[in-house]
Amino acid sequence: MTIVFNDETFRGDYTFANSPSAVRRFPFPFNEDTYMYSVNIEPHTAGPKGSVYEFPIDIDEHYVADMRDRAITLREDPLRCQSLPHMITAEWDLLDLLMVSLAQSYPDLFTLTRDGDRWHWINRPLGLEQAFIFGDVATLPCPPMEYITRQCQGDFCLLDQRNGDLFVDSGMVTAQADWSLDFDIGMSFKEWHAPVPFAHEMGIFERAQKFLLNMQIGRPVRRLNWTMTVNPRLDTAPETYPLWGPDRGTVTPDNVGDKVHLRVELQALWRLPRSNAIVFSIRGYLIKVDEIATVPKWHRRLHRVLKTLPPEIAAYKGLTRYLDTTLDWLAVRDDGQPTSPGFGPD
Amino acid sequence: MTGALSLSVRVAETVDLAPDIRRIRLVSTAGDPLPLFSGGAHIVVSLPTAQGLIRNPYSLTSCPHDGTAYEICVQRSPSSRGGSAFVHDGLKAGDELDISYPVNLFAMDRRARKHLFIAGGIGITPFLAMMQQLALEGGTFELHYAMRSPDSGAARQDVEARYGAHRVRTYVSAHGRRIALADLLDGQPLGTHLYVCGPARLIDDVLLQAREAGWPDENVHCERFAAPPSGKPFLLDLARSGHRIEVGAHQSALEAIEAAGLEAPHLCRGGACGQCETAVVSCDGALEHHDHFLSPDERESGRKFMICISRIAGERLVLDL
Repeated sequence: MTIVFNDETFRGDYTFANSPSAVRRFPFPFNEDTYMYSVNIEPHTAGPKGSVYEFPIDIDEHYVADMRDRAITLREDPLRCQSLPHMITAEWDLLDLLMVSLAQSYPDLFTLTRDGDRWHWINRPLGLEQAFIFGDVATLPCPPMEYITRQCQGDFCLLDQRNGDLFVDSGMVTAQADWSLDFDIGMSFKEWHAPVPFAHEMGIFERAQKFLLNMQIGRPVRRLNWTMTVNPRLDTAPETYPLWGPDRGTVTPDNVGDKVHLRVELQALWRLPRSNAIVFSIRGYLIKVDEIATVPKWHRRLHRVLKTLPPEIAAYKGLTRYLDTTLDWLAVRDDGQPTSPGFGPD
Repeated sequence: MTGALSLSVRVAETVDLAPDIRRIRLVSTAGDPLPLFSGGAHIVVSLPTAQGLIRNPYSLTSCPHDGTAYEICVQRSPSSRGGSAFVHDGLKAGDELDISYPVNLFAMDRRARKHLFIAGGIGITPFLAMMQQLALEGGTFELHYAMRSPDSGAARQDVEARYGAHRVRTYVSAHGRRIALADLLDGQPLGTHLYVCGPARLIDDVLLQAREAGWPDENVHCERFAAPPSGKPFLLDLARSGHRIEVGAHQSALEAIEAAGLEAPHLCRGGACGQCETAVVSCDGALEHHDHFLSPDERESGRKFMICISRIAGERLVLDL
């Protein structure tokens, strides 16, 4: 398999776009025509060939540009990557998971050779090669979590498990939907999720936490989450709000299709072996409303889901200012035809 | 997603470490590396005994960073329901078994400045893996290991040789030596975490003395080796699926459910993890809780029941399953 990597930007002139095949494999998150909050956790097992679920860690045409954007964000704000000292074993676990997975899934892009603790890593798309001793931080140019997540799409949090709770004690977070690692680091599971409306009252976090505490080695799980973003911007952190927040006021009937993006997070979780920590990965996928409209079923469904979105959820996701303009645009092209069941295009 | 994933393994070697303690070395049947794990983790071993399949949890005692084989140390239990007796009398090199993936319900707190381990008898097992992991990754620890007689300690010579007298103290009660708990718990540096595993009265004693010495609860960890206790048989009705099952005198509710060819959520089989918590519809007697998971309020409510370990004093229990 060969991936042709896009030369594109996620800031400034925003040249990001999906190829037709990237649109077809987009993890569209709605399987019915009304909004429904759900935890929707399922086993993270191999999906159909070519889908974003084919491999445990998905690499796509945006990989190189995505990693370039992460490097810019980190240069401007190094606190997007933080790790408390007791998480070092979990960091090595994460490096192991990602290197092994990438090398197995994409042998033409990545190669990992292991001889006991002596590891050798080749990343062809980014032109990197590194020999190092597994477990010896001094043999890498930066700590293990930072090293490997500068080379892997998606944000990553490492959760330490102790006292019957989970603590977000490490993370590489540069493409977040308006939450701050620097603010949340060290928080417990419930503290970290405190801003989410409704879910606490519904007992969702209690159940989710109990589920995660008993997650097993070799049995990763996943779920989809979504929000919307104006402009294809990866770095929508609270720290940079002045740079992207005002964009919400720039949506007009003429530019909805190009400016408004659906942002889907493929959240996958693994129990890590040596540290007993959990890795929580948040792999974001962006798609323009114009691109969604190339799939009639998705267009109709997005319109109908957004129409039934409770105002509190719209506010939490930051959609309030441009939701009506987006709905008007979608309504004009929704012919009222029924949609087929399931997530995929017809 | 109800039960545990299983791995097929072959017994590579059995070694008698002490008169009643046997070490079993397990390798993957397919020759693949086994999953790595963290110190304190256990596996559930399915033992095909003459009395039927018995699934027992055993701490992994080999090095967490080594996937070539797993080791467990099994003590013959005088009150054995057949599992440990089978390991000692029936199991031999070449036999094949199913085991679960490793699960850790007795994990180290990695923020600890120092790890203080207190082991009684076969309670040494989780610490064997923890110490190997700390020795590899770097970490300060000290082991205090109590045993009845000089030859009853499963790993005495091994741990003394590996870690040295400055990190390992042994106490043989036949020689009149016991751990001076009050002194030990009083003199520890700030940031120490305490771990205890062994007979219930040792655990209770350590927990009590730690509390009296002012240790914060979150710095004190214990693992109780709980096996499903025997008792009087009772009838189990599963309200949702409509099955009626008889739970035998030497069988847990979970084992009876499995023997009937059904499945129910579970993980540790020792009343510790909470995965098998089940809602009670009705019970004509008293619930006998044997788990270490439910809070006192939850026990009092009579509405929750851990099927892997608890029983009833009564004729019939109806569960929401």
